[in-house]
Amino acid sequence: MSNAVSVLGGKVAEGPVAVRDAGLRGMITLRGDLSDQKLQEVCTKLTGATFPAKGQVTSAGENGICWMSPDELLLLVSYGAVGEALEEIGKALSGTHHLAANVSDARGMMTVAGADARDVVAKLTPVDLHPDSFGVGELRRTRLGQVAAAFWMSDETTFNVICFRSVAQYTFDLLATSALAGPVDYLSQA
Amino acid sequence: MSTRLSKGGRLIDRTKPLSFSFNGKQMRGYAGDTLASALLANGQTLVGRSFKYHRARGIVASGAEEPNALVNLGEGAKLEPNQRTTTTPLFDGLKAASQNHWPTLEFDVGAINTLLSRFLPAGFYYKMFIHPRPLWKHVYEPFIRKSAGLGKAPTEKDTDTYEHYNAHVDVLIIGGGIAGLSAALAAGQAGARVLLLEQTPVWGGRAAVDMPEIEGKPATEWISDTVAALRGLPTVTMRTSCMGAGVYDHGYVLAYEHLHEGGKQGPRHRLWRIRANQIVTATGAIERPLSFAANDLPGVMLASAVRDYVVNYGVSPGDRTVIVTNNDDAYRTALVLHKSGLTVPMVVDARADPDGPLVRKVCEAGIAVRTGMGIAKVKGLRDVVGVALCSMEGEGAVLEELPCECVAMSGGWSPIVHLWSHCGGKLNWDAEQAMFRPDPNRPPTGADGKGFVITAGTANGHLFTSDVLTDGFTAGAGAAAQAGAKGKAGDAPEGFDEAQEPIQPVWMMPYGAKHKLRAKAWLDYQNDVKVSDVQLAAQEGFESVEHAKRYTTLGMATDQGKLSNINGLAVLSNALGSDIPDVGTTTFRPPYTPISLGSIAGAAKDDLFQPIRKTPIYDWQAANGADFEPVGYWRRPYAFPRREETVHEAVHREVKNTRENVGLLDASTLGKLIVSGPDAGKFLDMMYTNMMSSLPVGKCRYGLMCSENGFLMDDGVVARINEDTWLCHTTSGGADHIHGWMEDWLQCEWWDWKVYVANVTEQYAQVAVVGPKARKVLEALGGMDVSKEALPFMQWADGTLGGIKVRVYRISFSGELSYEIAVDASQGQAFWDALMAAGESHGIMPYGTEALHIMRAEKGFIMIGDETDGTVIPQDLNLNWALSKKKDDYLGKRAHGRSHMDNPDRWKLVGLETLDGSVLPDGAYGIADGTNANGQVNTQGRVTSTYHSPTLGRGIAMGLVHNGPDRMGDVISFTNTHGDPIKAKIVSPVFYDPDGEKQNV
Amino acid sequence: MLMLHCPYCGQDVDETDLHAGGEAHLKRFGPGSSDEDFESYLFVRKNPKGIHVERWRHAYGCGKWFLAARSTVTLEVFGTYAAQTKSPPADIQEKIRAVDPDWTWEGEA
Repeated sequence: MSNAVSVLGGKVAEGPVAVRDAGLRGMITLRGDLSDQKLQEVCTKLTGATFPAKGQVTSAGENGICWMSPDELLLLVSYGAVGEALEEIGKALSGTHHLAANVSDARGMMTVAGADARDVVAKLTPVDLHPDSFGVGELRRTRLGQVAAAFWMSDETTFNVICFRSVAQYTFDLLATSALAGPVDYLSQA
Repeated sequence: MSTRLSKGGRLIDRTKPLSFSFNGKQMRGYAGDTLASALLANGQTLVGRSFKYHRARGIVASGAEEPNALVNLGEGAKLEPNQRTTTTPLFDGLKAASQNHWPTLEFDVGAINTLLSRFLPAGFYYKMFIHPRPLWKHVYEPFIRKSAGLGKAPTEKDTDTYEHYNAHVDVLIIGGGIAGLSAALAAGQAGARVLLLEQTPVWGGRAAVDMPEIEGKPATEWISDTVAALRGLPTVTMRTSCMGAGVYDHGYVLAYEHLHEGGKQGPRHRLWRIRANQIVTATGAIERPLSFAANDLPGVMLASAVRDYVVNYGVSPGDRTVIVTNNDDAYRTALVLHKSGLTVPMVVDARADPDGPLVRKVCEAGIAVRTGMGIAKVKGLRDVVGVALCSMEGEGAVLEELPCECVAMSGGWSPIVHLWSHCGGKLNWDAEQAMFRPDPNRPPTGADGKGFVITAGTANGHLFTSDVLTDGFTAGAGAAAQAGAKGKAGDAPEGFDEAQEPIQPVWMMPYGAKHKLRAKAWLDYQNDVKVSDVQLAAQEGFESVEHAKRYTTLGMATDQGKLSNINGLAVLSNALGSDIPDVGTTTFRPPYTPISLGSIAGAAKDDLFQPIRKTPIYDWQAANGADFEPVGYWRRPYAFPRREETVHEAVHREVKNTRENVGLLDASTLGKLIVSGPDAGKFLDMMYTNMMSSLPVGKCRYGLMCSENGFLMDDGVVARINEDTWLCHTTSGGADHIHGWMEDWLQCEWWDWKVYVANVTEQYAQVAVVGPKARKVLEALGGMDVSKEALPFMQWADGTLGGIKVRVYRISFSGELSYEIAVDASQGQAFWDALMAAGESHGIMPYGTEALHIMRAEKGFIMIGDETDGTVIPQDLNLNWALSKKKDDYLGKRAHGRSHMDNPDRWKLVGLETLDGSVLPDGAYGIADGTNANGQVNTQGRVTSTYHSPTLGRGIAMGLVHNGPDRMGDVISFTNTHGDPIKAKIVSPVFYDPDGEKQNV
Repeated sequence: MLMLHCPYCGQDVDETDLHAGGEAHLKRFGPGSSDEDFESYLFVRKNPKGIHVERWRHAYGCGKWFLAARSTVTLEVFGTYAAQTKSPPADIQEKIRAVDPDWTWEGEA
């Protein structure tokens, strides 16, 4: 795996709100019956995270489980662990209708961190990011500018953003431009 | 002439002088001035020329309603035309230039039009330019275009930046006057999430000038106390210089914030995209002009604007101001002017017998008040020099003349109902107050079927302070409760101002003004629409207000009729003999005032204009001379021209090298969809026209997809991965569409089928290694058996190559020995590098999309989007073999049975070979005998793909030709925009290696 | 710009995150169907000034298709519901009739 490189290649845009490449992360799209006991067990076992409710993301260190739709999860594991994880899912769900696919390389992942992070992201998405409406542990799939993205907050001032690999540069530049343009003093005051 | 007063001006800071220029002339103003107040302070009353007659134009208003004082603001990259001086804050170094004149503002040749005005009545253009028809294109249209438009369009790129911001609130309050402040107080105290917007840089609106008493304090004191109190409420956010621009469906609002002018850092404008549960429009009112002759001369201003300039900016609009009114409010202007030491020679009141407290105060101040009188005409050429008075009754015979420099007029107030109306709020005509006001029973409705806009204060038709405050407070409290806030709003503030007597509607001054006066009484200053024009429109049958608007251009200027609409439709209704509410208003459309294009674009400019999709090998391609072309949002190399090589030469080198040695193509953009589940085979048999359920594991099959219309939609190679899983390749642009298409059928039609789909397009870098030496290159990398025996044509295998995990497909889109190899995207570049190194001794070269196209065309392979255009069915492309006869059903099958589809008499795919070896023009039509009903030449086919084949050394083409496959050897002519028709022979579309020997080695 | 509730992920979704899919509850006619049925399936669409039942996809979100009953005049949304249904649920039909007593469901029961 020595020659694997993340799409953003470690890019950082420093500032009061910093945008940073989050590097390579193992990601598995898992489609299936989310109420299935075996499915829940293998997900929690692989990630160490609890099983998320609708619209939630749970995490355990770098690992996590993102609720993507009523029949889809995105499992986050370390980049090198994907192969084994897929095998384990295959074993655990053998005979159960499901689809598990490695999408680690199909994504770009970055963080947006700083006191005004909510305002920076709110420049780009129609989602309500007011603290009363969106908090740590919730996940939204929506748009950032003109592309699809998913994001959640790992703490009160940090967003984790996932987008498609081919538009990772666009998404990074868009976030960096929004951060550089300065504060709006709206949600950060809320 | 106007000038700066020695004292006063609550908004200006006399310790901070600023310098600016107007038409190159250096002028001075103060911080806090608007450009308009600074121009007036410098005696610049002439600021522009009107659109049609090039009449001299001065400042009429003091806010967003200003129709005249528009300038080209800034220069070069900062140039913006049509900027309203009344809403432009003055900054140091500001450069403004007046518009719509030649050669100079003072001496404008176009002003000759005013002498021709009786030849340029309403509908002039429609009447004049309709005949003779042939003159339109070369004479009339260029002439009209030349004279169209007010300002200059910028020629340089805007160097400023802009941004969007999305906000979600319980209660959005638009307007920061006392009604808005009162509403915010109520909603904020109730605990609602509140956003309060004010379009000007200061809070308080008119009350800060007219100074009623609120809560026992002077208004300005209450305003600053309330602003401070609101700042202390945790759920309230306040913004000045932020205009509510438009109200849309389900509580969506656009607001336009000015952040800075004059080149500071950061975005210049911010466009707020707001979702509000409830909206309070506390947008105030606009004073109406009066329609008397020459009411358009510089120096004729709205009465409220006159006192704004005195109170807010310490500017005198003229030493002597005659006030003309039909209501009590304008008397405030007389008092303000008098207090400032300026002269008010007379208040001319159209009413017979006014006797309210304000009127009495003016009389007590010793100012002459003449009642039952009006202005017959204003005297002067480029400035007001005096007024001629007449009786309101009669035709306008002059009774006396008065010298003056300024005329302050008031025809009453019109509530600003724009934002209420944008999304469907309805209006009632209030005859007593002579105004349209919102009907609270017919608000715009939201997702819950209930109203989501409440209007408050003057915008709701309340003209007295006490009512305005109570109305604002009630609206704020009601909106908060509607939005679910649980707190207590508290009590409404109390206000006091003088009682007023009723207004007397005056739509024309005097009531019986003769034609000569009516033809000089302006309704729309910017577009030069006069009372006589609207009357003519009515006479000519334009009875609908919307038709009259378009015929006369009333209200079509950049101010969208803020001053002219009500007066205009009153004139129209009088001319039609109907009531004002029966004529109705024109439609109010957003934005309230123009917003910058930059703010609409937001961050979407330059590199962020649109997302560019890049493959994992993009950077290498860019560094190695790729000439990119867009394929959907992807950027793909068209070719890799080397130094001193044209793109055309590069393409030919790439084709030849791939045919003779080995080429590399970045095929990562191909769509890759995993389709998996017990019913996946059954599902794919519905999606594809051919059979996919029978494909053995380990093998590949080319498949076609049709829409339910039967038209060819996408194609690609499908690989069977295991018993339950297939991998479907789609076209480069088609991945998202086909993914969505599959999900649609699975979710909405066959939801009981057990199938999951995942789009893994971007998980893989896919590289095609193509050419007779392809196998040698892979063998040099080593790691798996890629021999003909181990990996035959149309099969796939997993393994490693050069230490990298791969999936190899033996498929060919070029006719050569070809491997398409998928690796994890993060290793795409490493794999590409390894192939380039391993292939060096074999002459490996990358090739681009044009070489790909030429090679597939040489083989007669179709391309979705070239051979298909949404009207082509597989049968047209001789692909009947891919239409399964065994299947009862697949998408498009029923449509293929429609009579027109099932008709042998269609244009079908053939190869085309020019007799002279030249390249046919793309899209050229095959010419048939005779002409059609329109006299156009009949056609019998068209070119769908055409290239110069470096392999064959001549032009090759594919095309759809009527009964083509049955006409092999026929010669037909094709249209040619650059010369004589080109003759081409109908041949097989497979120009190269017809037996497929080369790909199957 | 509409705001619709996605019944799958529970979010109130801005129209810019959605993809409109036209009239809902169409019955597919495949091979063997009459020309009239096929024509109506493929081409004939309601365009009411009033109550309309539409398909929407939460395209930028969970990717699911859902159905919405709304008024094209007042923009009132009577409800959104799962695409795996043959007709609007009874409670939504009731809400519609509360506003428009004459409205009847013309599709499959």
